[in-house]
Order: sequence, then structure tokens, then C-alpha cells
Amino acid sequence: MADVTLRKVRKAFGDLEIIRGVDLEVKDREFVVFVGPSGCGKSTLLRLIAGLEDITSGELWIDGELVNDLPPAKRGIAMVFQSYALYPHMTVYENMAFGLRLAKMPQAEIEQRVKKAAQILQMDHLLQRKPAEMSGGQRQRVAIGRAIVRDPKVFLFDEPLSNLDAALRVAMRIELANLHNDLNATMIYVTHDQVEAMTLADKIVVLQAGEVEQIGSPLELYHHPQNIFVAGFIGSPKMNFVDTVVRKVEAAGITVDLPSGGTARIPVEPGPARVGDKVTLGIRPEHMLEGGSPEAQITGEVMVVERLGGHTFLYIKVGRDLVVTVQAGGESDAGIGDTISIGLPVGEAHLFDQNGHAFRRTQAPAIASRRKESFVRREAEYSARTH
Amino acid sequence: MTSITVTDAATAARPETSRLTRSRVRWAWVFLTPLLIVMALVAGWPLGRTIYFSFTDARLSDMSNYGFVGLDNFYYLLIDDQWWRSVFNTVTFSVISVALETVLGMVVALIINANMPGRGLLRAAVLVPWAIPTVVSAKMWDWMFNDQFGVINHGLESLGLISAGIAWTADPTTAMGAMIMVDVWKTTPFMALLILAGLQLLPGEIYEAAHVDGASPITVFFKITLPLVMPAIMVAVIFRLLDALRIFDLMYVMTGTARETMSMSIYARQQLVEFSDVGFGSAASTLLFLIIALITVAYIVFGRVNLSGGK
Repeated sequence: MADVTLRKVRKAFGDLEIIRGVDLEVKDREFVVFVGPSGCGKSTLLRLIAGLEDITSGELWIDGELVNDLPPAKRGIAMVFQSYALYPHMTVYENMAFGLRLAKMPQAEIEQRVKKAAQILQMDHLLQRKPAEMSGGQRQRVAIGRAIVRDPKVFLFDEPLSNLDAALRVAMRIELANLHNDLNATMIYVTHDQVEAMTLADKIVVLQAGEVEQIGSPLELYHHPQNIFVAGFIGSPKMNFVDTVVRKVEAAGITVDLPSGGTARIPVEPGPARVGDKVTLGIRPEHMLEGGSPEAQITGEVMVVERLGGHTFLYIKVGRDLVVTVQAGGESDAGIGDTISIGLPVGEAHLFDQNGHAFRRTQAPAIASRRKESFVRREAEYSARTH
Repeated sequence: MTSITVTDAATAARPETSRLTRSRVRWAWVFLTPLLIVMALVAGWPLGRTIYFSFTDARLSDMSNYGFVGLDNFYYLLIDDQWWRSVFNTVTFSVISVALETVLGMVVALIINANMPGRGLLRAAVLVPWAIPTVVSAKMWDWMFNDQFGVINHGLESLGLISAGIAWTADPTTAMGAMIMVDVWKTTPFMALLILAGLQLLPGEIYEAAHVDGASPITVFFKITLPLVMPAIMVAVIFRLLDALRIFDLMYVMTGTARETMSMSIYARQQLVEFSDVGFGSAASTLLFLIIALITVAYIVFGRVNLSGGK
């Protein structure tokens, strides 16, 4: 297992620059997820690491070795493709053994490795089948199995779950998380699905237009997005954004106007903010309180109600052209056309300056350390097992 | 009450569906009938007539007067050395030329499947030999092979490889080779196109997976491309084999009825037209039909076995 380091990595196709200088440290046994909208370059970045594309400039290190000019097979990586990319004319066994046979591994060891991978993925009974005789989920397992048998330093996943139906995707997501724990492998995973990113990652890399917007643990990104893009991308439904103006600047926070009258003091480090600056107030649907709150509230008319059982999404029109999403309880009795008050807990709010940069929040929960603990625990388990 | 309604609806619906099915079947026949009639007229009738005449002693000069001779025509055919020579010629020609065309077609297909500038132009250019009518290209090659004025002899002489011009198409030892060469030149593009169609269906990610697995280009070709494109090759080969076994025009133009290069089709035509022996010619045609059918069936059966059992 190994770490991966990218230094000022760039990739251009002709004049078109797809990756514009990415610096990244992936630690040993870390699960890193590249996430971003389509066309952000996340798959290209993964293919650069795999060696399927040439790096235009910059350095790529895997396990302390500069691998810019090494072919994929010599980089110690294994890749799981979106379409699985199984060899259709080979059985599951042959699919998994193909790379090992090419590496001239002794037959007995090949067999042992394939059997072990099949056990891990619970597909011993499928070994003699061909890809066409299997379901999407089973093919996905084979693709993962083919990666496991190579015993790679780094696993690369390119949107591996996007061809599966919703239920299977959740099941495979959990399996992948378990697999990461069991194998103690470094994994780099590309997805456009922020839920996959949040649930699987030790570290998320948010990309946009070939550049890294933010790198951090899932909860760091959730609680401390560095800019509006990350704030809007992480979290579902999307964070509500309200354009407003700074009324007062104090050490304890910045006071801004609220859309339906009144003001609220948002507890952030004020930095260089000044009275009269245009800013954007951000608040997630799940933090808004149906029925109002004493701290601050906004009033609007309910336009759409989506009842999901466990909770209810209310789309509320505030003023002329602002619609905010509110996650209310499952038993919410709000109806279309009702005028209701929505509480806005200032401690959960985010504030962004005119350029979209976030003011550092001062009351966000300290959760980042909890993730670290679990990682430390895994490390301890791993070293206990290997010694 | 509810259950009764449901049952009623179910039984009422059944004749409705079968009426729909009947109407579909009726329309299928309406659309198929013209084609069946045309097929019967242009394929069934001539074939039937040929088989019929093969049991008679009909002559081209007087087709209304003939008598049945049973299997006599087939008997004389089977003891005719020239017939067996033409069978041997045809099979030799077919096997060698189709084999060469398959290999060369695969090479050409792989080249024009590669992503490179000018690919479209190259694809069009490769097709030129296939687009030229066989009689024209046969005549063209005939001149190129000419022993005194042919460009091929001229080229070989100026290179000092031969001292005197070779009569390529007249010399028994070189005639068949020359024939095969022309056929390969002409039909390799067809083979290449059919194989190219197969190649383009192969998913690109498989090749990336093979790349990650560390497969060399040669391994990729033999372990991945070839097995996956095999079905397309099998179909292409059967097309070409059917075509090559009834070869007529190329040989007729280049060597006429010369014994060394006579094909089954030329033999049958010679008997039927030149010797006016419709009965005997029809018997040769019938046997030609049977031989082609037999080889094709054998190929399909053998090919399938090979496909499912091969790895």
C-alpha cells in the first residue's frame, strides 16, 4: 500500500487545458474521492494517475516513485471502470486471472488469489460464468475482483456505481466501505454523486473546471465549505443562498439584513468585511426550522410540498424572486399557499463575501477530529495485524 | 361482485387479443407474399428447372425435345477428369484466396481502425479495387500480366530478376497464382470493411483494462481483439467463400476455358453453352450447387463448434 502525490499536475488536449495544476497528497490507506460536476476533470485526473493519459506537466509520485513515464501496469495500480470493462469472451475466473497470467505468476498462486478475491466478494459460485450471464451488480463485483487480485498499491475507481440501480448502489457503497476497511488499501474514487463522496471518503477533493476547489474530510466540507461552489455542491438538497448586505461588523459576527425584514448576526470571523458590503447568506434546508425561532426568521408562502414520509421538503417563496428549501418534519401540516415563518438558527448559517469566499464560522461543531479518530483506530488495527 | 367483474373482463379480453394476433399474422403474410413470389420466380424456378434438366438429354438447339436419362448425366460427370480438375481448381482457388484475403483484410481493418489523420480518405481509397467491376479489373490485370508488354514483366526485368518475360496467365504453373493474386487484390477491401465493422463494435474501455493489466499490443490482439472480432470474421469468410466457389468472371476473362484454371462454373457453362449439352451442363450446375451448399453447411457447423468450444 502506498501514498500518492500530485505536484502541479496539468493536462491539456491541444489548446484545451482540462487539468489546471492540481496539488494533492493521498496518504497511505486513505479513501479519497474526487467529486465535481460533469466536465470538471475528475475522470481525467484519475486517468492521469492510472497512466491512461499522459501528464502534460507536473509530477506524479506513487509510493515514493516518480511514475510520470511508467505504463499503467508498472504503476502498481488497479482500476475499476464505469462500464466494468470485463473481457466478454472470458469467464469470471479468466477475467481475474488475465493480468496475473500476463505477469507470469505461477498457476497455483493465481488460483489462490482468484479464489480469495472471489471469497471476499462472495462470488465463488460465479467463477465459470461469462459476463453476459451476470447482472450489473455481479459484473461490478467481478470488476472489483479483477482489481483485488492484482494486489495493487492503489485502487482507482471511475464512477463504479453509476450504472447500477438505486438500491444496488447503496448496497455496493456499503460493500466498498467494508472492502476498504478489510483491504486497508489506498483508494481513489471518482463520482459525481456527492452522497457517495460523503459516505465513502476519508478525504474529498472537490473539483471544478480542472481546479481543486477544496480538499477536506466530508464533515469539514459540510461545515466549513471554503466557497459558495463547495457549499452548494456538498449537501442535498442544495444549500439556500440569500443575497444580502452587511449592516454591522463586530468581533462576535457579522449582522446582515434578512429578506423578509429584520436582521441576524451570523457568528463568523469578520475579517476585512465592512458595513454595506454585498454578501451571500447560506443556510442548509435541514437546519431551517419550520414554525420559526426566536433568533431570526423569515416569512414566505409555501409553493410546493414534497412529503417523503420521514421528512417533508417545503419550497417557500420569500419576497419576489427568492425560493428557499426547508426540510420540515414528516408530519408537517404545511399546505400550498400557506404563509409560514421559518426559523433561521444563526449558528448553522454560512456567510460568503462578494467573491464567494466563506467567512470562517466560529460556532460550527468540532466533528473533523472524530473522523481522524476512526482513521487512527484503523491504522492501529492494521499495524496490530501485520506485526 | 368485484370478482365477477374482474373475471368477465378477463374472459372478454381474451378473444380481443387473439383477434389482434390474427390481424398481425394476416398483415405479415400480406407483406411477405410479394417477396415470396419474386423469390420463387427468380430463384426457385431457375433452380428447379436446372435440377429438372439435369435428368434429361436436352440440347440447346432444340429445348422442346428431350427425353429423361435418369442419373446418366451425373454418372458421366463423376467419371470426367476435367470436372474433377475444375472442382480441385475452384476449391484451391477459394481456400487460398479467402485465407489470404482474411489475413490481409484483418491487417487493413486494423490499420484503418486506428485513430489517425486522413482516416476517412484512406478508407475510401482502400475500397477502390472493390468498386471496379471484375471484368474491368480482370482485363486490367491481364494486360499487366502480358508476357511482352506487361508492366509486371517489365518491372521484374528491369530489376534483373528475370531475363525473359513470363506468360503469367498462360503458363500452367503460374496461372492459378496470378488468378489468386488478382482476386486478393480485388476483394481484400470487402473483407477489411466487414472486419472493420466488427472492430468498431468493440468497447474501448476493454482495451484500457488490458492496458492496466499489462498486456502487450500483440497479446491484446491475440487474446482480446481476435476472439472478440471472430464472429464478424466468420460471417465475412462465409460471404467470401460462397462468392469464391462460384468464381467465373475473373477466370473467364483472363484464361478463358484453359484446363489449368477452369472453375466449376466455367465447366458448367462450357458444357451447356459451347457444347450445347443442356442436360449435362445442368447436371454440372446442380452438382456445383450441392458442393457449395455442402461446404457452406460444413463451415457453419464446424464454425459454431469452434466458436463455442474455442477460447
